[in-house]
Amino acid sequence: MRARVTPWLLLLPALTLLVAFTHWPALATIWDSFLSTPKKGRPAHFIGLDNYRGMVEDEVFWQALTNNVIYAVGTIPLSIALAIAMALWVNSRLAGRGFLRLAYFTPTVLPMIAVANIWLFFYTPQYGLLEQITQALGLPSHNWLGDKRTVLGAIIVVAVWKEAGFFMIFYLAALQQIPPSLAEAAALEGASRAQYFRRVLFPLLMPTTLFVLVNALINSVRMVDHLFVMTRGGPDNASALLLYYIYQVGFSFWDTGYAAALTVVVLAALGAVAFFQIRFLDRRTHYQ
Amino acid sequence: MTPIATVFQPAPASRVLETAAAWLLGALWILPLAYAVWTAFHPAAFSTRFELGAPLTLQNFVNAWHAAPFARYFLNTTLLVAMVLAAQLVLGTLAAYALARFEFRGRDLAFGLILLQLMVMPDVLIVENYRTMNALGLRDTIVAIGLPYFASAFGIFLLRQTFKTVPKELDDAARVEGASALQVLLKVYVPLAKPVYLAYALVSVSYHWNNFLWPLIVTNSVETRPLTVGLQVFSSTDQGVDWSIITAATLMTSAPLLVGFLLFQRQFVQSFMRAGIR
Repeated sequence: MRARVTPWLLLLPALTLLVAFTHWPALATIWDSFLSTPKKGRPAHFIGLDNYRGMVEDEVFWQALTNNVIYAVGTIPLSIALAIAMALWVNSRLAGRGFLRLAYFTPTVLPMIAVANIWLFFYTPQYGLLEQITQALGLPSHNWLGDKRTVLGAIIVVAVWKEAGFFMIFYLAALQQIPPSLAEAAALEGASRAQYFRRVLFPLLMPTTLFVLVNALINSVRMVDHLFVMTRGGPDNASALLLYYIYQVGFSFWDTGYAAALTVVVLAALGAVAFFQIRFLDRRTHYQ
Repeated sequence: MTPIATVFQPAPASRVLETAAAWLLGALWILPLAYAVWTAFHPAAFSTRFELGAPLTLQNFVNAWHAAPFARYFLNTTLLVAMVLAAQLVLGTLAAYALARFEFRGRDLAFGLILLQLMVMPDVLIVENYRTMNALGLRDTIVAIGLPYFASAFGIFLLRQTFKTVPKELDDAARVEGASALQVLLKVYVPLAKPVYLAYALVSVSYHWNNFLWPLIVTNSVETRPLTVGLQVFSSTDQGVDWSIITAATLMTSAPLLVGFLLFQRQFVQSFMRAGIR
């Protein structure tokens, strides 16, 4: 009897909190997305798909969704490619690799909200460092964060800068587990350096890449802190991302019903990532 | 460090190129921070003028410190980070032990439910969790910032994997001597998992030191605001565009993590590695 109760007692505190702050809110979000936003003297009531109908007609939503896809596509491949290059460099015999590892990894430990201040200054028209460089090169002045065409790109650069060093760590860990004998064997077979990378190294790094990819996908939904400092989603929602828009709708406009419906979209996206992970990742990962 | 393959080093010419590229990237990566350091340690007149002879000053830090209740923000963040870490370690240890060393019905289901949090993080459930905190009367408290993170799927997973590598014989031997489940956990498992606890602690502390969106939503006063939110409030409303003071405040809020990272660089990198290898 005791043996059967003990594991549940051990699990109880963690499971209770998980249910209270992860499972329950996830389900409640779905339910609330079918309810109206409560107003004075008019409590929330069932309105079916009205929130979703509103969403389909909401141009800002489509803009934020499109922006988020561009944000993901712009951030993920670039930061993964840079992470691989960084890891290879730091793991090789380059001069000063200790300093390089430090330089690459530092953005990871800094608060996004703090570095966003630095980047805001960096992009500032006229005074900012970027402007000083472009002026020295004789290029015209440009307001990178104030222009609808460049703001998202400027945001993506910050995200890549923040993430690449973090992903580098995982590749570094993977590289250090590859026995040097593999490279020696490949060399004996007469493989070139490029062949070794393409045929031996990259396939061996594949599980790491999938793991990093899942993390990167989650981050492309979650990483919005810099918007609060740098753009506030502007100009004209040109840099609005989904989670930021949820924040605006839920906590600036206090439209909680609609915010719940928007959250369902994000949960669906994360569900798709989870499906992808189970389908492609877990085959290689041994949980036992 | 494991040995580096001696073959497939680049040819001398491309070696120079690669070294240059690696250093260029490193310079680009450190540039924003270097820029912030320059601006924070020089008078405002030199914030965008790069002259070797520019006078150094700490006045920007003094001004920033007095312009907002940063001491209180530091205290709040410290309390938050310590509270979250303590809760995560205790809850995670108990849950991981149950999952790693007990056979019981529903174990896989429980584990699956826990792992779900890796995907559906509290970070995106802000609307509902805010409602919950309101209902519990916890809005605008430090506890409310930490509570959704107390049970960490990542921590439970990491510890479970570690506990599974502990030889069962050690467990059995302790039990034969009459130790209870909890005693075995504390005497056998926890000491053996020390490096993992350290690794997890570094990851957790840096995550919660840096967390912003949820604390922004759930706090509303100086007494509860963590540094990240305090910094945002400070730099967006009070200061106009006094960059010297803003960068000083920015460096100040990042300083403990940055200094910690510089001192324990190897442990930090290895912790993140350890946390990444599953």
